Amino acid sequence: MCVLAHVFEAAGLATVSLISVRPVAERLPPPRALYGEFPLGRPLGKPGDAAFQHDVLRRAFALLERPSGPVLEDHPEVIESDGTPLACALPPRHDASLPAAVDEARAFRAAYDRAFAARGVTSVGRAIDADTVPEALDALHRIAEGADWQEVGLGGDPVSIAHDIRTYYEEAAIALADGPPAGGQTEAWFYEQTAAGRTLLAARAAMQGAGAPFPLWFYMARATR
Amino acid sequence: MSDTPMRDYAAGTPMPELGPTPWVTPKPLAESRVAIVTTAALHVVEDDRFTNDDTSFRMIPRERRDLALGHWSPNFDRAGFAADLDVVYPIDRLEELAADGVIGSVAPRHLAFAGNQEDTLTAVRLDSGPRAAALLLDDAVDVVLLTPV
Repeated sequence: MCVLAHVFEAAGLATVSLISVRPVAERLPPPRALYGEFPLGRPLGKPGDAAFQHDVLRRAFALLERPSGPVLEDHPEVIESDGTPLACALPPRHDASLPAAVDEARAFRAAYDRAFAARGVTSVGRAIDADTVPEALDALHRIAEGADWQEVGLGGDPVSIAHDIRTYYEEAAIALADGPPAGGQTEAWFYEQTAAGRTLLAARAAMQGAGAPFPLWFYMARATR
Repeated sequence: MSDTPMRDYAAGTPMPELGPTPWVTPKPLAESRVAIVTTAALHVVEDDRFTNDDTSFRMIPRERRDLALGHWSPNFDRAGFAADLDVVYPIDRLEELAADGVIGSVAPRHLAFAGNQEDTLTAVRLDSGPRAAALLLDDAVDVVLLTPV
């Protein structure tokens, strides 16, 4: 993003950059930058808080009044990511003949549909759609149980499928949660509390153990997982 | 989970040499047309999805809110975006600022790149970045607000 700031400013556009990694802005100084130590993925700080978002923008646009630069300032409020899993109930087992993740994904469908209806859009759909999420989890379950990852019929590249599954769950969780979750809470809930998250991590570990190419298993989950 | 490991990783990745920081003296904000350029790989749903290592950009018409998040990194919070588009792409906040006269106007088109790029960013620096700048200048944009994820 700092590169784009240079390109745009050189073309005659005045730029203001919201920065999420301060050392990058120190090494590649954009003309005007406001660093917000907010959860990564939330450059305006707080979802559902228009007043806070306006505060970020006010501080950022104020940098346009500086006579010279580059200028890099910090937003005074630090917002830490919260490693506490989101308080979002998990569905009871419905069909014990199915792998837990498959049963669970089917049960979350109604919440996912409510989220879709509310927003009018979904980010699921890179490789699979919502209808196919249970099937993909069944394939990941079989990989975790020792099946060859290239033979289970994943239906797409593993990284895209992992994105779609996590997004399906996170969008469903938004429909079930009481207000916008704190940064990191939904991720912690997905990986640590849902059968889908555990299945995904187990399949990822199995693929690593089976010698799958690094980019195909590593990027299936956050690097620190 | 703390973001510190991911911030440390990002800070340690190779970066290109850019030379001196360019500088434009802007006109007053209340007279400026503002566009958002995000590196969150947002796109309208009927547009092509971002591929891995995608160096191009997507246009977002001012009135669209039904945007999908196509970024390939699994290393940031996505639930904030799922709960509130403006926490990544503050288009409603810009509309409010325009209505209040704080900014001159909101641009008709906004842009999205994918933040996950190869280390030299050559294509962005020499091709898609200048093309994006030309598009914004065609729309009489004065100020660009850049937002990451």
